[in-house]
Amino acid sequence: MSKLSLLSLLGLVISRDLTLAMRRRADVLTTLIFFVLVVSLFPLAVGTEMDMLRKMAPGVVWVAALLASMLSLGRMFSADYLDGTLEQMLLVPQSLSMLVLGKIVAHWMLSGLPLVLIAPVLGLQFDMSGEALLVLVVALLIGTPVLSMIGAFGAALTLGLRGGGVLVSLLVLPLCIPVLIFGAGAVTAVTSGVSPASNLSLLGAFLLMSLLFTPWVSAQALRISME
Amino acid sequence: MAINWFKYAAPSTFYGLAGKLIPWFAWPAAVLFCVGMYIGFFVAPTDAVQSEAYRIIFIHVPASILSMIIYLVMAGYAALGLIFNTRLSSMMATALAPTGALLAFISLWTGALWGKPMWGAWWVWDARLTSELILLFLYLGFISLQASIEDPRRADRAGALLAIVGSVNVPIIYFSVQWWNTLHQGSSIKLSGTSMHIAMQQAMFAMLAAMWLYVIAIALLRVRSIILERERNTQWVAELAEVKQ
Repeated sequence: MSKLSLLSLLGLVISRDLTLAMRRRADVLTTLIFFVLVVSLFPLAVGTEMDMLRKMAPGVVWVAALLASMLSLGRMFSADYLDGTLEQMLLVPQSLSMLVLGKIVAHWMLSGLPLVLIAPVLGLQFDMSGEALLVLVVALLIGTPVLSMIGAFGAALTLGLRGGGVLVSLLVLPLCIPVLIFGAGAVTAVTSGVSPASNLSLLGAFLLMSLLFTPWVSAQALRISME
Repeated sequence: MAINWFKYAAPSTFYGLAGKLIPWFAWPAAVLFCVGMYIGFFVAPTDAVQSEAYRIIFIHVPASILSMIIYLVMAGYAALGLIFNTRLSSMMATALAPTGALLAFISLWTGALWGKPMWGAWWVWDARLTSELILLFLYLGFISLQASIEDPRRADRAGALLAIVGSVNVPIIYFSVQWWNTLHQGSSIKLSGTSMHIAMQQAMFAMLAAMWLYVIAIALLRVRSIILERERNTQWVAELAEVKQ
């Protein structure tokens, strides 16, 4: 049997997770609907004054994206854990970190990417300018993968625990605060006439750093949880 | 003669040692607390700008400093437990967490009490307040993760991993929040000297030392309970004088 290269392993895991998700499309849609719903609740709660809404928009979209990504974390490993696939995955000779990275990428494509794509529409509800919308999309595009990666760590730690859903939010949300600050900060910068470059660069730095560490740390967490 | 460095890494030997050490930390803590309180409230002069309300810093500052140090010490013990597989290190990490959370809470609470007369608001979204709040959340996450795992070995190791990731994240969170907003006054004690009155310094250091000793004493007390709980089925626990009665 020929040894699988790392990249083809990555591709294999991603396409497997995507196929599985496509067979249960409702799950993906639920996350997206939740995101739209949460964002739409804000004007109902705080009033429809356009000036205030425009100011709030980036924060509201980011917080909603954070909550929506928490919602889908439970599914990242639990199905594989319940039917025993995860145990088999720990036994393969290839790197577990790469395998976890594949699952993270698949998770982002299913729960992060749809949010990025629909965010401009929600931005229009809040009367954001074209330039601000563009920065919002770019910031979400860089920031949401970080949320998936930190989330994978939390999901791996709480695998199979009672009340894992709430617990994972408690563990992951504080760690996501820097992403929230600079993600929303990029949009606020551009609306107040400053270049968003510094905010976006910092988001990019977070992305690279979590790309380096979180797959490995999540793999360690999985090993601890599966003992 | 070879020294056995790991003698007190065994819970059975450390249990006795901790019991002997507790009074040596607890009594000085009580004495220093009284001294610090006396100097702080009766000797230290009234502040020119902040009048009497500043006196809350004698509680607030030591609590804030220790809440941050405890997190690092906790992460250090957790890492030791993970690397060397020493059970006692993990137990120490577990024993420190509630005290750290308590001090973070006290720091926020006293900060609010100080903020009302000084800033005119119980809470402002300033960098240091916010990072202290996040620190409290990190402690609570650690405690609730360990509480929800039944198997103590898994609880130790999962908690250790979380504490280590958290401690890597603490500086990032701190600077993010720092750049996001700053309103808090800078530190008055710097390595190069201080702008404080001498009596204020004495009170501050007495309180800091008192709280530090208190933290060690209470952590030892708690680790003794954890040892007893985890080792309850062993022979040496059954032979303890306090268990036999």
